[in-house]
Amino acid sequence: MEGLERIVLGHPFFAGLGPEFGAAISGCARNLRFAAGEYLFREDEPANEFYLIRHGTVALELHAPGQPVIVIATLREGDILDAAWLVPPYRWTFDARAAELVRVLGVNARCLRDKCEADHDLGYELMKRFVGAMGERLRATRLQVLDVYGTPRS
Amino acid sequence: MTPGHEAREVPAGWWVPQPLRVSRVRRETADVATLDLAPVSPFAFAAGQFNMLYVFGLGEVAISISGDPAKKDRIVHTVRALGAVSGALARLRRDAVVGVRGPYGSCWPVAEAEGSDVVLIAGGLGLAPLRPAIYGVLARRQSYGRVVLLYGARGPSDILYRRELETWRRRLDVDIEVTVDHAGADWHGNVGVVPGLIPRIPFDPHHAVALICGPEIMMRFTIAALRDRGLASEQIYLSMERNMKCAVGLCGRCQFGPAFVCLDGPVFRFDRIAPVFGIREI
Repeated sequence: MEGLERIVLGHPFFAGLGPEFGAAISGCARNLRFAAGEYLFREDEPANEFYLIRHGTVALELHAPGQPVIVIATLREGDILDAAWLVPPYRWTFDARAAELVRVLGVNARCLRDKCEADHDLGYELMKRFVGAMGERLRATRLQVLDVYGTPRS
Repeated sequence: MTPGHEAREVPAGWWVPQPLRVSRVRRETADVATLDLAPVSPFAFAAGQFNMLYVFGLGEVAISISGDPAKKDRIVHTVRALGAVSGALARLRRDAVVGVRGPYGSCWPVAEAEGSDVVLIAGGLGLAPLRPAIYGVLARRQSYGRVVLLYGARGPSDILYRRELETWRRRLDVDIEVTVDHAGADWHGNVGVVPGLIPRIPFDPHHAVALICGPEIMMRFTIAALRDRGLASEQIYLSMERNMKCAVGLCGRCQFGPAFVCLDGPVFRFDRIAPVFGIREI
């Protein structure tokens, strides 16, 4: 098994994925590293790649004019960044900053989208995994928005 | 009174608070203070129990004991200013006097958990009722398997017992994860919710006990995540919060389904309250 394919199939996000799909995804992938403080991407940039975090911590940030940066989540080894590559308009909706040295597998979005169009089994497999991951994020975000540790409302 | 509670004896003199002096005050966060009270004789309690604290002229409120059960020369309470009484408690200064009666209620299964992995999970002020259990586990660290502490707070400035958390974190035999709901770029810790940490933490679900204390909704999602990891309801304990008044099962204010939180709780094994835990009207 080629190195990238092994990395793809060994990532928790792709646990249990068939080897044929692993080969297809790894054909679009490359290894990347980001130094602490470097941005993987910024809000509104084209989502040309999605990332599987292999090592390190990534802070997802939102900026508001005149206000300090807000970190809305931190992602770590085994997490993914994100689903913006999968659906139009293919643009990131937040900044992603390497909080420490980060190693990721970057998967070319157009390459993988084309493969998903050509092989709907691959597309469906990916969609199930991304919907699951996005559902988890949504549930976590709801809890954050609830402000459960704040002063109870009477 | 609910069935099963008729035969219980109410301790004599239960309504009489003992006046105790505040020996030390620590400001934990903007609205949270920790009070050390000086008992007139050694004060014994079990981790998870609570006292009723009386601010003279204002009223009484149930507050968990947050100190070390091994230190019987002080009674420690961490109080958040929420209402008139708790607000007055949180503003107390050294040498003030408060009325105390207790301890009351059930306790964390600190001794029963020996031999198992222990997962301690707290949210917000929920770290206070859990802290005596942490002291107990760490005091007999060799008797337990893996020890994991997860703590969630609103933001970095809301983290309770920060120095103590940092001290515990330096230990090589405890896994500690602190997460906040949101933070600025100067926060280098985790941002996210407590249940999101559970899939990653190291413990053996077949030989583990989880102790949880925090807002009920946080505990609900945390229990779901623990059960996804394979923990049974019998292995999960949680501390419930209800409006307790008499603390001895007379007034019924803290009734939680068939149980009184003051008598049968505040610490419950989850399987014993699971049927009523998710009912919105309770």
